[in-house]
Amino acid sequence: MKKGVMRPGHIQIRVLDMAEALEHYRDLIGLIETHKDSQGRVYLKGWTEVDKFSVVLREADEPGMDFVGYKVLNNQVLEKLEQELIAFGCNVEAIPAGELDGCGRRVRFDSPTGHMFEIYAEKEQTGKWGVSNVNPEAFPRDLKGMKATRFDHCLLYGPNIAGTIQLFTEVLGFDIAEQVLDGEGTRLAGFLTAGMKAHDVAFIEHPELGKFHHSSFFLETWEDVLRAADLISMTDTSLDIGPTRHGLTHGKTIYFFDPSGNRTEVFCGGDYHYPDHEPVTWTADELGKAIFYHDRVLNERFLSAVT
Amino acid sequence: MSSTDSSNQPFEIKVVNRGKTYLCDQGESLLSGMEQKSADCINVGCRGGGCGMCKIRIIKGRFTSKRMSKAHVSPEEAEKGYALACRTFPSENMVIESDHFQIDEAVELGTS
Ligand code: FES
Ligand SMILES: [Fe+2]
Repeated sequence: MKKGVMRPGHIQIRVLDMAEALEHYRDLIGLIETHKDSQGRVYLKGWTEVDKFSVVLREADEPGMDFVGYKVLNNQVLEKLEQELIAFGCNVEAIPAGELDGCGRRVRFDSPTGHMFEIYAEKEQTGKWGVSNVNPEAFPRDLKGMKATRFDHCLLYGPNIAGTIQLFTEVLGFDIAEQVLDGEGTRLAGFLTAGMKAHDVAFIEHPELGKFHHSSFFLETWEDVLRAADLISMTDTSLDIGPTRHGLTHGKTIYFFDPSGNRTEVFCGGDYHYPDHEPVTWTADELGKAIFYHDRVLNERFLSAVT
Repeated sequence: MSSTDSSNQPFEIKVVNRGKTYLCDQGESLLSGMEQKSADCINVGCRGGGCGMCKIRIIKGRFTSKRMSKAHVSPEEAEKGYALACRTFPSENMVIESDHFQIDEAVELGTS
């Protein structure tokens, strides 16, 4: 939060078929559908999130991620960071308030890895879904599927992660919480946080620009992750790998795909990070264990299947 | 519907580059039909038409298909018989070639 960036705010994901996508994100993952805009985009959120939405689905010919946005403290921060992004050399575009219904002015910028990012200061707050902010009950009783609590982070693949990590640390004030280094000390992966979470965004070096590896949603317990695995089987959903544990961040996790081939993760647990913490390092010769702590080998699909 | 659809006989799928043939149940995609038989002759990725790992070229046989990522099969490529196995549903016996997935290396690095 050193530069006033608070947290992940929203991600816009392209899907091939909206009805099928809603069966995945709403009925299986258990996100709450909050809105549909005039362009046909559908807005969703995890039930614990206070803002109106955190996931936007857009029907398109090519799956993948349009952009991911981070919420900053206020408009002064937004204006200051906008200037710093321009000075850093990003192509910066101002998106007017209301382009996403309920969201204020956004500052969109490109990055060396080919991904589009946004920052914004204002979004309509509708409060946690199904519980009051005064004397709140433990949880709403009519949640669906995996009952995901929030959009947590995304993992992005692209070339020159060094450049994008520099952008996130120097301009946006993120910390490197965890990393993978090869024998020469080159960073092959970086897990970055704006706060105390083990990661708010992660990057892995990859030759193609702008690739989307997964969006991730938080569950409370390992039991919830196992129940998610049961639901994946019950719905005949395409499984990638899990349930298992990561070495990196130590989260307990399962990966699967939406009906358009975008990967989804649900996970629980994970390490924490304070600004005075040195990055945790995994070495490339232990990459299998770093990614899948139990299997200790990588599968080809996890490395190559991106949208 | 042609006569081949009227029985519940599976379709024979010949994957020439791997020298393998498997039986794909009706109603299954080329990819899920292959996975069910553990035939292991087309690479499996997302199973949703997004990642391109299951890209094939169709040499022979009629099929129907579901929407697939234009990033991996452009309309021109589709004309030439390229397809994603996870989005292709055979209507008769087919001959295909797998292993057409390739990563497009970035031509340009750095913030433009
Ligand atoms: S397996 Fe990903 S496109 Fe077919
Ligand atoms: Fe993740």
